[in-house]
Amino acid sequence: MQIGYYPGCALHGSSNDYERSVRVCLGRLGMELRELDDWVCCGATAAHSLNAKLATALPARNLAIAERDGIDQMLAPCPMCSMELIKAGQALAASDALRREMSEIVEQKVSGATGVLNLIQVFQQIGLERIQKAVVQPLSQTKAACYYGCLLVRPPEQLRFDDCENPTSMETIIKALGAEAIDWNYKTECCGAGMTMCNEDTVLDLAHKILTDVAAHGANCVVVACPMCHVNLDMKQADVERRYGVTHRMPIYYLSDLVGMAMGASGAEMGVDRHYVVA
Amino acid sequence: MRIGVFTCWCGENIARHVDCQKVAEAIRNLLGVHCSVDYKYMCSDPGQSMIREQIRNGKLTGLVVAACSPHMHLKTFRKAAEAEGLNPYMVEMANVREHCAWVHHDREAATAKAIDIIRMAVAKVQQNRPLAAIRVPVTKRAMVIGGGVAGIQAALDIADAGFEVVLVERDPSIGGKMAGLSETFPTLDCSQCILTPRMVDVGQHPRIKLHTYSEVEAVNGYVGNFKVTVRKKARYVDITKCNGCGDCWNKCPQKKNLSEFDFGMGKRTAIYVPFPQAVPARPVIDREACTMLLKGKCGICAKKCTRGAINFEDQDQLITEDVGAIVAATGYKLCDIGKDEGRYKGYGEYGFGRYADVIDGLQFERIVSASGPTGGEIKRPSDGKTPKSVVFICCVGSRDDAKGCGYCSKICCMYVAKHTMLYKHKVHDGQAHVFYMDIRAGGKNYEEFVRRAIEQDGAEYHRGRVSRITEHNGQLIVRGVDTLVGEAMTIEADLVVLATAMRPADGVESLAQKLNIGYDEYGFLSESHPKLRPVETNTAGVLVCGACQAPKDIPESVAQASAAAAKVMMLFARDELTREPEVAEVNEQTCAACFSCVRGCPYKAIDEADITDRQGRLIKRTARVNPGLCMGCGTCVAICPSKSVDLAGFTEQQVYAMVESLV
Amino acid sequence: MRPSSEAVDMLAHTHVTDCYQCGKCSAGCPVGERMDVLPNQLVRLVQSGNFRRAMDCEAIWLCVSCQTCSARCPKSVNCAGVLDALRQLAVENNVINAAARRTIVFQQVFLNNIRRNGRLNELELVGVFKSKAFLKDASVPLLFKDSLLAPKMITRGKFHLMGEKVKDRALVGRIFERCFAEGPRGHK
Repeated sequence: MQIGYYPGCALHGSSNDYERSVRVCLGRLGMELRELDDWVCCGATAAHSLNAKLATALPARNLAIAERDGIDQMLAPCPMCSMELIKAGQALAASDALRREMSEIVEQKVSGATGVLNLIQVFQQIGLERIQKAVVQPLSQTKAACYYGCLLVRPPEQLRFDDCENPTSMETIIKALGAEAIDWNYKTECCGAGMTMCNEDTVLDLAHKILTDVAAHGANCVVVACPMCHVNLDMKQADVERRYGVTHRMPIYYLSDLVGMAMGASGAEMGVDRHYVVA
Repeated sequence: MRIGVFTCWCGENIARHVDCQKVAEAIRNLLGVHCSVDYKYMCSDPGQSMIREQIRNGKLTGLVVAACSPHMHLKTFRKAAEAEGLNPYMVEMANVREHCAWVHHDREAATAKAIDIIRMAVAKVQQNRPLAAIRVPVTKRAMVIGGGVAGIQAALDIADAGFEVVLVERDPSIGGKMAGLSETFPTLDCSQCILTPRMVDVGQHPRIKLHTYSEVEAVNGYVGNFKVTVRKKARYVDITKCNGCGDCWNKCPQKKNLSEFDFGMGKRTAIYVPFPQAVPARPVIDREACTMLLKGKCGICAKKCTRGAINFEDQDQLITEDVGAIVAATGYKLCDIGKDEGRYKGYGEYGFGRYADVIDGLQFERIVSASGPTGGEIKRPSDGKTPKSVVFICCVGSRDDAKGCGYCSKICCMYVAKHTMLYKHKVHDGQAHVFYMDIRAGGKNYEEFVRRAIEQDGAEYHRGRVSRITEHNGQLIVRGVDTLVGEAMTIEADLVVLATAMRPADGVESLAQKLNIGYDEYGFLSESHPKLRPVETNTAGVLVCGACQAPKDIPESVAQASAAAAKVMMLFARDELTREPEVAEVNEQTCAACFSCVRGCPYKAIDEADITDRQGRLIKRTARVNPGLCMGCGTCVAICPSKSVDLAGFTEQQVYAMVESLV
Repeated sequence: MRPSSEAVDMLAHTHVTDCYQCGKCSAGCPVGERMDVLPNQLVRLVQSGNFRRAMDCEAIWLCVSCQTCSARCPKSVNCAGVLDALRQLAVENNVINAAARRTIVFQQVFLNNIRRNGRLNELELVGVFKSKAFLKDASVPLLFKDSLLAPKMITRGKFHLMGEKVKDRALVGRIFERCFAEGPRGHK
């Protein structure tokens, strides 16, 4: 099975551990990733904060490439990227005038027809049964808190993915791996996202709240499907501990890490050794 | 034919843009027109006198009044004609106000158009034939559907006026939601204390026939002559033998069924009486919970019953009731916000259904009620602890377009204030918090009541909505805002009570379809006119009252119920009803019996009929209009492929004459 | 673009008049406690035409774009989009809240980075942002913040020292030029 792949800047930058994990894991499940040719950044928060048109044009450029190359489904493992791509795609699909305008701006015809999937949706497409069959090392010791953050489920009208207040799709997958999924409070609260660099206070505060609730509900790890969530909870965890004088020592895994490990992949293979907090 | 045409100025309304004198002159020359006059106010006394004089002196046989809409004054002029011995259906109106003067400014063109409109009416009236009003008998017996406070009030009023009433209630007992309430606003008098005597009155009334645990299956007929099929659900208890001693339910081993009466806050047995004051105070067996009915094992109740009233072989029964009027009083339910439900989206953010201590307003009524599962002691569902901090949240599911419900449920502001008082009166060291958006306390002594909750009973009101409820160590963490202070706030609560939206009771749409009455996008039954016909519906003889029509509180429901009862009595004050004769008629000779009209009729007024010879042999089949049901809409006329249906007063001949007068 | 409630409606694809000020946005905002003006108040300021206050506040730059406000709004007002619109209008009208300067600089540096490379070059982003932010508010701690992490990130292979560039950078430049030149209009 082949699927288009839009890695986005984070996965080709400081979150390259996520890319490794996704590639190894999906490879083992027989999913071939076809990377989008010459993709550009989705624009992220900066674009929609400073120029609404650019926030459509940058994703439109990527969608135009996908259409040109006949890619009708594309995985964007970063929720920020997938949300921006989906939003732009829907806006394009809905408006003739916008399609014309954007085709001019990106110098290529674009209709917004490409389906954009997050990582969980790709696992859902592969199917629980197939994943379950591939499990060789059930994660019986794992008590995971599934953390969705913001952009996997919001804005709900556009993303139409899971219950935006109490999502359970990650839990379903985790349970198929033999792990326990704990119920907790802040599954969809924000960790501060892209504010890591310019507003550290906020990020540490929110990350602390999340890590505290996770621990209080008896989890021994957190599962994420977002590079920003990983940065804020993993890389920043030491700062959180320093600032609040606590010890969390909570390992943070990508969803693909756990699926991969259950299928027998080593942590090193998937870049788990690059995480800051070691289990 | 001798036609009189009377053109009205309607003060300035018509005369400003139409030259009425010129109109009258132009019309005077038309064939068949005997006289044509204009006058400032035709509907006034002198105006009507003038018309009558002209009928008398000019021996008029047809009348056209060019004035306002026939909705306004057709009746007025028909009465005037009738008083002079002219058949009232020989009167036509030409609407030169709404259709002409009000919508045009060019006086000359408007005048020309007015002449055209009147010419059409003159052409029509020349084809008019005298018609006679249709008379139908009245069955002086009413059905009330729903035995809540509104249905009880309507039934008692009608029965006390001397007419028989059939009261149909879906649950095993009458009493409705009100029977489960603790105290009522704004007086804090005990709900059961005021309702149960009325329930007993119903149960003992010689003119009220009670069908509990029953539902309306089908409705046929028309005003004054309805035939209603009622399904009496199998109760498995013969209530004529049972004396309500309680031996059965006291010994029933299936004790863990959630009590509907307690809104799931308490438990009941499989054979049960919903509550001690139930009317009838006779048990019913829950067929989903009884092991005897499910698996054929147990039967303890039957062994304990000394009167042999238990009958496991009981079956649903269909019975037919003849009534002349029907009052729908099917009430409301609170929305279930735990999950998405059709157009309504759930409130995942409030954790209803996920956290045991997040409950709705009716559930709180039960845990504060002396007859409730906690005996009136306020204990929270999860662990039975007395909550020391309770958060009440208003407008949950109401005024929330994003969740699919934009309307205000009207009663919540009041019952939330009541809840904070009842709570404070029972938990003196407790603190009640209320999140509200606006306080809507329009009603006698209502505003004073809310102020009392705040000023005397110390309820903390915060203006703002709650965004999210989470749970931490058995405490509910409520994240809200006080927009007046401009600060987000977090309250740790032991119990959260959601004032969830009022919605029409389940199944109301299908009942409305059986009754052939309208309902709005939310399922609330539609009244005929919001101001002037508030309890009538668009189907004659069917009335509505209580919360099935719109969210309302007890006083309003009772007032509306009495209003509906009064309308029923008006109907029953006459021995027969007259109906407008402008109904459809089938030419049975040419009817090809395709029955397209039967399927197309929105009022189910057309039947399939057989024409037989004297020996009873079938000659042909035909469609036949029931004039009692026909509303004269003309759908069948348009549908009929063989042109075999015509509408009295609007015959094709008349319509063609109107068109021809223009070309 | 001149600030107006119509401009906000257009940029955010919403109707600010629909807001009835229930405050659910502010109640659920993860950074509400730090905001000098709450989200519901910002919408009110837009409703009443008080753009000076709406644009010149720190709050619009504290927003983490988590979309919680929009997702829970009972009137389906796109509150997060309103804040986006206010940010855009503030920069276009040169209303720069002093306390938020660092965030504004970050967003601008980020976009310039994309304009030049087509993809984010993180090392360049950090370097340029820190020197610019240092020049603007002379924050020495910021200059060295995270520098402890940098060696660790490199040893963990988390940094591409060179960063990636797209092939058709000229096109990216033209896309930027068109979006900024034609006068930014809302699409999402």
